[in-house]
Amino acid sequence: MAEVLTQRTPAAVHQPEGNFLTENTGLLNWMFTVDHKRIGLMYFWTIMTMFFVGGVLALVLRTELLTPKTTIVSAEVYNQLFTLHGVIMTFLVLVPVIPATLGNFVLPMMLGAKDVAFPRLNLLSYYLYVFGALLAVGAIIGGGLDTGWTFYTPYSSTISGGVSIMTMGAFVLGFSSILTGVNFIATIHRLRAPGLSWYNMPLFVWGMYATAVIQVLATPVIGITMVLLLMERLFQVGIFDASLGGDPVLFQHFFWFYSHPVVYIMILPGMACISEVIPTFSHKPIFGYKAVAWSSVGIAVVSFFVWGHHMFVSGQSEFAGAIFSFLTFVVAIPSGVKVWNWLATMYRGSISLGAPMLYAIAFLLLFGIGGLTGLFLATVAVDVHLHDTYFIVAHFHYVMMGGTLIAFFAGLHYWWPKMYGRMYNEFWAAMGCLLVFLGFNGTFIPQFIVGSRGMPRRYYNYLDQFQFLHVASTIGSYVLAIGLVTMAAALIVPLFRKRYDAPNNPWGAASLEWTVSSPPPTHNFHHVPVVTHGPYDFKAARRLEQMESHS
Amino acid sequence: MSDLAIPVGGQAHTHASHHPKHLQHHFHNSAQQFEASKIGMWLFLVTEILLFSGLFLAYFILQTRHPQAFIEAHHHLDRSLGVLNTIVLLVSSFTMVMAVQSSALNRIKPALVYLYATFILGGVFMCVKYIEYSHKIHDGLLLGNLFSYKGASVPGEYLFFSMYFVMTGIHGIHILVGMGVIAYLIWRTHQGMYSSAYYTPIDLTGLYWHLVDMIWIFLFPLLYLVS
Repeated sequence: MAEVLTQRTPAAVHQPEGNFLTENTGLLNWMFTVDHKRIGLMYFWTIMTMFFVGGVLALVLRTELLTPKTTIVSAEVYNQLFTLHGVIMTFLVLVPVIPATLGNFVLPMMLGAKDVAFPRLNLLSYYLYVFGALLAVGAIIGGGLDTGWTFYTPYSSTISGGVSIMTMGAFVLGFSSILTGVNFIATIHRLRAPGLSWYNMPLFVWGMYATAVIQVLATPVIGITMVLLLMERLFQVGIFDASLGGDPVLFQHFFWFYSHPVVYIMILPGMACISEVIPTFSHKPIFGYKAVAWSSVGIAVVSFFVWGHHMFVSGQSEFAGAIFSFLTFVVAIPSGVKVWNWLATMYRGSISLGAPMLYAIAFLLLFGIGGLTGLFLATVAVDVHLHDTYFIVAHFHYVMMGGTLIAFFAGLHYWWPKMYGRMYNEFWAAMGCLLVFLGFNGTFIPQFIVGSRGMPRRYYNYLDQFQFLHVASTIGSYVLAIGLVTMAAALIVPLFRKRYDAPNNPWGAASLEWTVSSPPPTHNFHHVPVVTHGPYDFKAARRLEQMESHS
Repeated sequence: MSDLAIPVGGQAHTHASHHPKHLQHHFHNSAQQFEASKIGMWLFLVTEILLFSGLFLAYFILQTRHPQAFIEAHHHLDRSLGVLNTIVLLVSSFTMVMAVQSSALNRIKPALVYLYATFILGGVFMCVKYIEYSHKIHDGLLLGNLFSYKGASVPGEYLFFSMYFVMTGIHGIHILVGMGVIAYLIWRTHQGMYSSAYYTPIDLTGLYWHLVDMIWIFLFPLLYLVS
């Protein structure tokens, strides 16, 4: 963190007027762009559309569960709706939401690069995502699919309907995810600006790196699993079907070998956002930089050895169960390291409660609950009772929505001024955060209770005694929906202002993306930046800014 | 600062001017672009290895469950054709590495000859595969519910052929894709696109081709030499 104050850019060059939003407009220029910022925004709006659809489905599901018997949809439709909700939210929203939107937008700028290493692959990744999304959603709407998002065999390999097209969709989406991962690793290795050593990188970049490693290593396995499932359906090759001499548990092993690490593909980018927001809004360098950086890598490594905790009751040996249980507890260590480091960063900091920070604090609380209830489920004896109940549903929503999405909202508010050059509405953003926080807890705390009392997940009818908790949960989900709409309005309405009102560096942050204008010019940097201070050295960053404004 | 891969800010880095044609705008120099591409290719190869690992795992699970069926079924494969194809691919790996080496030394004519040779050897491999496949199809030794061979002595022999066709099929697709890419390289070499200053596509295709060969080196004993 040497503060060698060399000049960053030759001061004589003035920035031209245009930026990446206003240069070369027109539909075709956007559709065939290789600019990482535009691709990030295209991903953003597409994913938000999917998130809206998935959210509406969730509201329909919750409304159906207002009464113990039929409320608004039939049982068959209910099964298809929760499958669609699960598939959309996991494969189409949670996996790509942070890397493909915020990651694409800010990662090259954080490194001082003009673009990712392979811009055309980046665009290909976007179109593969769109194609995969059409296949997946089309499969359910056209053919019907009620397997749940896990596609367990032999049910999925023997029923008719849209499973084959869905497996192709998952295969294509996997490709899209791999391309993002490959791109990020190559970019981080080879496109860092002079002076940007590994330990000078913002922690967001470390999180993206760990995520990319999992994307590259885990995703091919779901690819081949989907190919084998397709073969099973087309030719009854017998690999996953016990009646043909195969092994249905093998499918579960394959599935979770991808789908547990994928949980970390979702949460690591969330943690990456939080690691940027908390130091900036506490106006204090991150506590234990190296510990936070390496804990991302630690989580990525351990994530490959815990998949068996999804299979405690699937006929796995008790010995394997005990090992997987132990390894799952191990994941809590690097996660705990991160949480305590964030808290230590806030301790005695000068905290300003902007919307990104409000979401970051909500994240700490919700992810804390999500993570700790995960330990209940990692304990074999407890899991036998809680397996496949609403307790699980509440747990993974706390991690996925309370963790990943809340962190995404933190990052979204944080980088929104950089993306569009306009500040969001601070008051309504704070109200949105409050409603989201209350609504979220209102939805899922009742589900913890109803689950621990034995209410199974994915059931259409339930016992009368559970109705009170289900009604509470449904009301919570309505509040949550209102909160999300409020948040969207606070972000979107200011975009109709003609003038860019966001300063280059509204938060006083110290990483490179804040040294360029808001919104950034098409090629990000007019000259290769030279990094002379650490990513959380706010004082040095301010001094450099003042020097530049004087010259 | 001389060890940095990137020229330092002040030294004017202007767009378009004095950039070689192959150099994309967001890279600073050819070496940086080459290294980034190489990392990308290696990562892609890692995903290929993991893809095939899934198949190998499925093979081992099924073989452990049905050892007799696998031994019995593998006698239907023609070992000599398998050996022939192994040799063909090994030679093609040699011609490929020579193509890379020749282009690195700026010997474009020989590089072109080696690329043609690699393409033809890939074609020979697929022809031999075609002969093998048509024998199996004729005998009804096929995957899953298409299996119609009457003389099977051990139940579950079709599982072996399920694995045989899925594994060699996916491998064959990789050979075909490789041949397509090599055909593209031949076309671009004729156009004079490559020289010792820029032969990244040939180099990366070489890596891919070696991996596909190596996967066959594992497939051959697994399928043809079961014991």
